Amino acid sequence: MSAFDSLKDHTKEGRVFLSRALIAFVIVVLLMGVLIGRLYYLQVIQHDQLAAVSDDNRIQLQPVAPTRGLIYDRNGTLLADNRPSYSVTLLKEKVGDLEATLTELQKLIPISERELESFHRRLKQRRRPYETVPLRFRLTDDEIARIAVNYQRLPGVQVEADLIRYYPFGASLVHALGYVGRINEKELKRVDPKNYSATHYIGKLGIERFYEPLLHGEVGYHKVETNARGRVMRVLEQTDPVPGKDIVLYLDIRLQQAAEKLVEGRRAAIVAIDPKTGGILALVSNPGYDPNLFVTGISTKDYKALRESPDLPLFNRALRGQYPPGSTIKPMVAMGVIDSGVVSPTHTIFDPGFYTLTSGGRRYRDWKHGGHGTVGLDMAIYQSCDVWFYDVANRAGVDIISDYLGRFGFGQVTSLDLPEALPGILPSKAWKKKTGRGSWFAGDTLNLSIGQGWMLATPLQLATAAEVMANRGEWKQPRMLKGVMKHNKHKADKLTEGSVVDISGLEGTKAVLPDIKLKNNQYWKRIIDAMIAVVHGPRGTARKIGHGLDFQIAGKTGTAQVVGIKQDEVYDADSMAERHRDHALFIAFAPADNPEIAVSVIVENGGGGSSTAAPIARDVIDAFMQLKRQDSEVDELAGVAKDG
Amino acid sequence: MADFQRTMPDAQPHLARRRGLWSYTRLDAWLLLFILVLCGYGLLVLYSASGGDMGYVVRQAVRMGAGLVVMTVFAQLRPQLFARWAPAMYVISLGLLLAVLLVGVGAKGAQRWIALPGFRFQPAEIVKLVLPLMVACYLANRPLPPSFRHIVISLVLIFVPVVLIMKQPDLGTSLLIAASGVFVLLLSGIYWRYIFGALAVAAAGLPGLWMVMKDYQKQRVLTFLDPESDPLGAGWNIIQSKAAIGSGGIEGKGWMLGTQSQLDFLPESHTDFIIAVMGEELGMIGILMLLGIYLMIIARGLVIASKAQDSFGRLVAGSVTLTFFVYVFVNIGMVSGILPVVGVPLPLVSYGGTSIVTLMAGFGLLMSVQAHRQMISH
Repeated sequence: MSAFDSLKDHTKEGRVFLSRALIAFVIVVLLMGVLIGRLYYLQVIQHDQLAAVSDDNRIQLQPVAPTRGLIYDRNGTLLADNRPSYSVTLLKEKVGDLEATLTELQKLIPISERELESFHRRLKQRRRPYETVPLRFRLTDDEIARIAVNYQRLPGVQVEADLIRYYPFGASLVHALGYVGRINEKELKRVDPKNYSATHYIGKLGIERFYEPLLHGEVGYHKVETNARGRVMRVLEQTDPVPGKDIVLYLDIRLQQAAEKLVEGRRAAIVAIDPKTGGILALVSNPGYDPNLFVTGISTKDYKALRESPDLPLFNRALRGQYPPGSTIKPMVAMGVIDSGVVSPTHTIFDPGFYTLTSGGRRYRDWKHGGHGTVGLDMAIYQSCDVWFYDVANRAGVDIISDYLGRFGFGQVTSLDLPEALPGILPSKAWKKKTGRGSWFAGDTLNLSIGQGWMLATPLQLATAAEVMANRGEWKQPRMLKGVMKHNKHKADKLTEGSVVDISGLEGTKAVLPDIKLKNNQYWKRIIDAMIAVVHGPRGTARKIGHGLDFQIAGKTGTAQVVGIKQDEVYDADSMAERHRDHALFIAFAPADNPEIAVSVIVENGGGGSSTAAPIARDVIDAFMQLKRQDSEVDELAGVAKDG
Repeated sequence: MADFQRTMPDAQPHLARRRGLWSYTRLDAWLLLFILVLCGYGLLVLYSASGGDMGYVVRQAVRMGAGLVVMTVFAQLRPQLFARWAPAMYVISLGLLLAVLLVGVGAKGAQRWIALPGFRFQPAEIVKLVLPLMVACYLANRPLPPSFRHIVISLVLIFVPVVLIMKQPDLGTSLLIAASGVFVLLLSGIYWRYIFGALAVAAAGLPGLWMVMKDYQKQRVLTFLDPESDPLGAGWNIIQSKAAIGSGGIEGKGWMLGTQSQLDFLPESHTDFIIAVMGEELGMIGILMLLGIYLMIIARGLVIASKAQDSFGRLVAGSVTLTFFVYVFVNIGMVSGILPVVGVPLPLVSYGGTSIVTLMAGFGLLMSVQAHRQMISH
């Protein structure tokens, strides 16, 4: 050792060390400077951005879906309700083996390929770790129980609750209300994505679709602080969602159900309108289907069954069934020819059972073999004489007839809030040319005058025409919405009468037609008297329904030759024969002097209007009057109770 | 002259200089003060980082106490004693490192521990002290600056344990140990041309290093280069720690009020990433205070090293001090995103047992060098 030591120069070594130590210290200070520079960069220069990152981490805006508004009928009966539904979700971080858990769950509850697919898609779109992902919605009580029992074996699996639509009256109202269903991508593009950020359902059809902006409400937010596991630690701020408005319809569910019962087992439609308001009292299209199937997504099998049923339950006959109106439009045609002055109200012809445009030309037949003999306006209506109409139509020409029918709402959608309603067809010279059917012939005019040929109308349009006739030309736009419930109190009597809802921006809103002004107001009475004679006259086509009434019904029968909605079904002799029968139609309003209800009835392949459709209309009117009496008795009792 | 000094008995300390009562403890008052302040500050931050769990604080305080005991014991021993035992300890350490690779236990794919009944420890921690002692012992007995041959032998002494620890694998510790050995070399006064030459070789050797790195180590480097490439996985730590530090700003969100740390967004917030908690809750001011304390400890350590009167004491004290700084720099550098994530704790602040005791033992060495200096008269 000492040999080495003797070679060492301790003083020099000390000096060298000191210089190295100084250099080291300078480097230490410089590197500390680097750290401080980095801190300055993060904590001063980038402070705002990084504070935002930190806040984004912990603060989340959780959208809270508003509760969808309920739908009531005019008496406060709940027509569309919200009920809790349960879904199963997975938390990937807690699950462990995802595939094994999914396999295990599939043993417990049915999970379709489609659901698995969307589950994996949602899993990829997670915004952060520890976010739950839904796997299957609308679990049954049984499925919830089966999952709950196995919670221990399935870490990370959870059952969560949601509210979904429920229609207590099911098939009775589907064509009147429509339904909601799970919102799809296309619909998400149409709506405000912010307002729908927590919403799973949207109105797909009917009232639910039209009043979606009212029923949906406004999304709320919970500003929550979460930890990295996504668990909510506290709510920092909350904006409660504004529930959708509860709406009240003019519909009377009792009348609706009574009317539905009258056409049970038939393919038929009934529309009843209150002439004083235009409010739709009943809107029946039979057969219907259960809308509750669609809310949660219908199975392919159920949907196939509905689509392939020969009775076309999915088809909304009341709004979209476009039928030849037949003789039901004769009162409007008659109104046109006398008001336009083409013929006088006393115009009389001789009906030999047919009409020819030119001597010896093609014979346009009357429905009555041998003819009606001498026929004036009244008889032409109550006996539904075709030849009188051929005669006046030929004198008037298509323009006048088309014009007057248009004023009663044919050929266009006049209803306010039924988005699916179709316009039917009101033929005119321009229409025929535009649709490439060539030029107008006089024969077309004759066919039009008795509601055959090109013309098509929906049951809603026929009821509307009856309503306008009942109102002596005053237009009350047909509508479903009576009002909006104030304060969302779940009682219809809290409805503020006349509460104005601005629906001008809503899709499908139609302009109201102008009231029909006649040159001579007496003509209303002329035509309506003839319609009363249809029911109450000794030779009226619907005289069978005119008995036992303390008021008068004004009506008009119609029988439409079948073109058929669908003729290419599987061949079945009985069925084919039945489906070649004429459609039975009837329009009416009552009481004739002070109308409270206007009705149209169509029974597909029902035979004659007078034999099949008219009795149904009478029963609807009876049911309406009965309900009215009942209600006034209840009111009186209530009044007595109050006074006492 | 040197020989005479070395053989001076230390039985007459009163001859050296007038001494106070404190000197009998052989502890350096300044260094102890800084260490105690650092420990107190560290416990304060740990309390918050553990979510207000007093259990962590108590366990950490117990370790600190144990560390202080080890430090005090080390301070009593003469540096020559360490020098004498260094070669033997070095050989034993290598044996332990080999044992770790063969029969060690561990977690997360790394084998770092030796388990004895009722007790387990990381041999790498022992190497942190033994290696600088060994290299210093080797060089101190040779003329300085060391010759090329001595440098090569020193490098071999360093290389063997570093490779063994890398194999465990423990990149952070092997880095610290390599640094502790290299510092001895650097402080011994090796020529600058060797230093720059080595730097050039190291730069050229980087791709080779990449080849031998394990996948998870490569992943760390890649994540360091671009944390956003895997924001929910490996990049999560860095993104969150940067957000924590940055969102703290100058004044911080307040003690116990850091949202990143208190809501568990910050992983390992009480161990390696504890500086992010401090940055978030106590802000830039809090970290600057910490850096201030560290700087004082380093300055004091270098002063002690400079005053040491033999090469061994100088080299050991200097290496221990500078290695301490490497801890600080690598830890804060990785948490703040300027260095890749390697497992290096923040000295005396991060929660964790062995490193505290090792660090305190290192301070014990410093104090030993300082305390036994007076026995040498001029």
